[in-house]
Amino acid sequence: MENLVYAIILLPLAGFIINGLFGKNLPKMFVGSLATLVVFASFVITTSLFFSFNNDSAPVVIKAFEWFRVNGIQVNFGFQVDQLSLMMVMIITGIGSLIHLYSIGYMSHDKGFYKFFTYLNLFIFSMLLLVLGSNYLILFIGWEGVGLCSYLLIGFWYTNEEYGKAARKAFIMNRIGDLGLLIGIFAIAAHVNAIDYLSVAQNASSFELDGTPIIFITACLFIGATGKSAQVPLYTWLPDAMAGPTPVSALIHAATMVTAGIYLVVRSNFLFVLAPTVQDGILLIGFLTAALAGFYALRQNDIKKVLAYSTVSQLGFMFIALGLGAYSTAMFHVMTHAFFKALLFLGAGSVIHAMSNEQDMRFMGGLKKYIPITHITFLIGTLAISGFPLLSGMISKDEILVAAFAKNPIYWVMLFILAAITATYMFRLYYLTFHGEFRGTEDQKHHLHESPTNMTLPLIVLAVLSVVGGFINLPHFIGHGHYAKLMDWLKPALTEESFKQMENTLSGVPFNTEMILLGATVLMFFTVWFFVRNTYVKKQKRALPEESYTGWEKLSAKKLFVDEIYNAMIIRPFEEAGKAALMFEKVILDPIVNFIGLGAADSGRAAKRLQNGNVENYVLIMSLAVGIVLIVNFLLK
Amino acid sequence: MEYFIILSTVLFCLGVLGVLLRKNAIVILGCVELMLNSVNLLLAAFSAYSGDGNGQLLVFFIMVVAAAEVAVGLAIIAMMYRNTKSVDVSIFNKLRG
Repeated sequence: MENLVYAIILLPLAGFIINGLFGKNLPKMFVGSLATLVVFASFVITTSLFFSFNNDSAPVVIKAFEWFRVNGIQVNFGFQVDQLSLMMVMIITGIGSLIHLYSIGYMSHDKGFYKFFTYLNLFIFSMLLLVLGSNYLILFIGWEGVGLCSYLLIGFWYTNEEYGKAARKAFIMNRIGDLGLLIGIFAIAAHVNAIDYLSVAQNASSFELDGTPIIFITACLFIGATGKSAQVPLYTWLPDAMAGPTPVSALIHAATMVTAGIYLVVRSNFLFVLAPTVQDGILLIGFLTAALAGFYALRQNDIKKVLAYSTVSQLGFMFIALGLGAYSTAMFHVMTHAFFKALLFLGAGSVIHAMSNEQDMRFMGGLKKYIPITHITFLIGTLAISGFPLLSGMISKDEILVAAFAKNPIYWVMLFILAAITATYMFRLYYLTFHGEFRGTEDQKHHLHESPTNMTLPLIVLAVLSVVGGFINLPHFIGHGHYAKLMDWLKPALTEESFKQMENTLSGVPFNTEMILLGATVLMFFTVWFFVRNTYVKKQKRALPEESYTGWEKLSAKKLFVDEIYNAMIIRPFEEAGKAALMFEKVILDPIVNFIGLGAADSGRAAKRLQNGNVENYVLIMSLAVGIVLIVNFLLK
Repeated sequence: MEYFIILSTVLFCLGVLGVLLRKNAIVILGCVELMLNSVNLLLAAFSAYSGDGNGQLLVFFIMVVAAAEVAVGLAIIAMMYRNTKSVDVSIFNKLRG
């Protein structure tokens, strides 16, 4: 067990080291295969561990060594294997190896091939550290590691200045969240005198329910989560992060890294359950994020930007589930979202590959017959995220809707509208890309081709997962006593209070009501599908350039001018303050410093006249001085 | 006031004035000797006055040191003359800052 866990973590690290040190001189095939195989090996080992765990298995903590001990707090470098971390590791290594495989094809013509795989392996290693660490500090190492990899990969094509700026934006936005997380960890250490999960969970009961300390701690942790998981107000980095190569968008900015915030909250359920105020805050932020991002996605023209905002919006859904206390629902949506969003991004990558690096949907259209495998898999992804009955996305999203209804029917209505918006922009994307006439150049049309097998294979696997992925956690009215397996599966990772809260939320809706709600969402899905199809296929509505939109469409295309507002409110004042500080330095500090320096030089230049090299002169001065001393001495007597 | 003090003071002042006013390095060296010996004279006189022989002993030390100093000083002056054909100290200002 112990060795297996080490192997899971160290294999990607080994891949990173080998590729990083020697990759430049190794053949591309070897670099790509090695990077893919180490991640796949981790996945296989995880699967074997996964089957040795059941619903009752207690968490296994493996201590590698004592890291340090300060002021009575002992910090071990160790790993915690339980149902939650195993689930995350499964997603990371599983989706990760598929995306590695895909990247071999996607990046085959790139100069930085070995560098790309080095970064990817480092990312997998950091992410595993994040989810497997047995205390908050190791989580933080992984947290920073994935932030670094994200930065490196967003700016992978660093010769483009815009991409470099996007990378820096992501890095700085994340840093704000990281500060919150760090302060949260310090506060935990100060209050509980421990930072490993098990001890903190045990001592969490010493916190007063909804008292100031617990609210402060959970709020800080949540700020960390908003940074990494791109929630309001720190979400603007994620759409810009699409500057990176598409597999990166799929792996890091859709399937795994951005779910770290969800993981953090679920992992800290023993703290969040004590702070209902913060849970309500999470709910609010989740709603805001889901609504804003969904709105922006309606009128984006860049295929990856739509998917990026859709990711932000879906992350909002997950935080809504967390705010409702439905931890397993959030994790369920993390999993299904990982399947269909990775699929959609990889599909988009395949489209971009076929279109000779064109990302603007205005110049696509009619791709259905040129790239059939990509088309079918992309359609499955679209149906899954939009809520086609019994596909994975529908089942997990429905669970969130039911949980919301149990809390307050208003929440359900809001989520219902958000789900309708999701379906709207996804079908718009699908029809603009794959249906209608081809609108690109003749040159592009000539080059249209289906991607190679190592790119379509991950698409097919992910498409299958997107279809069947929901069945592991069927709603209770289908599974006859096997309902909501995930809830029982995650039970050991939750405290009793969290579990009780979750059970109340998830079973708070009577069967008949639930059926009606389900019927309503299905009806909504088909209505939206019909209308979008009508608009973009029958009426041949086209996407317009951003500038030519008016009214709400302009607001959507321009993202409510949030970037501009941030610019005006935060970045501008900083720049102005910088300029003011520069003026202060130039006008006040510089003269003072120069006066001191030049004064010393001038006085030295004046004093050097005394040293004229003439012995007589020295003797004269000496004699005079002695004379003066004698006279003064005489007078003072 | 004892006369030997006045004599010594006068001799010493003559030595100082000689060092200050003369340009010839050899004369300056002589004036330094004059200053030293005026002090020697004073030491010997005080020693005899107080009936303590230590002062006279010190005079011998000073004479030895002065002899050594003259040896070094004259060597320096010889070198100066060899390089510049002059012993005028006012032209030696190479160490000007």
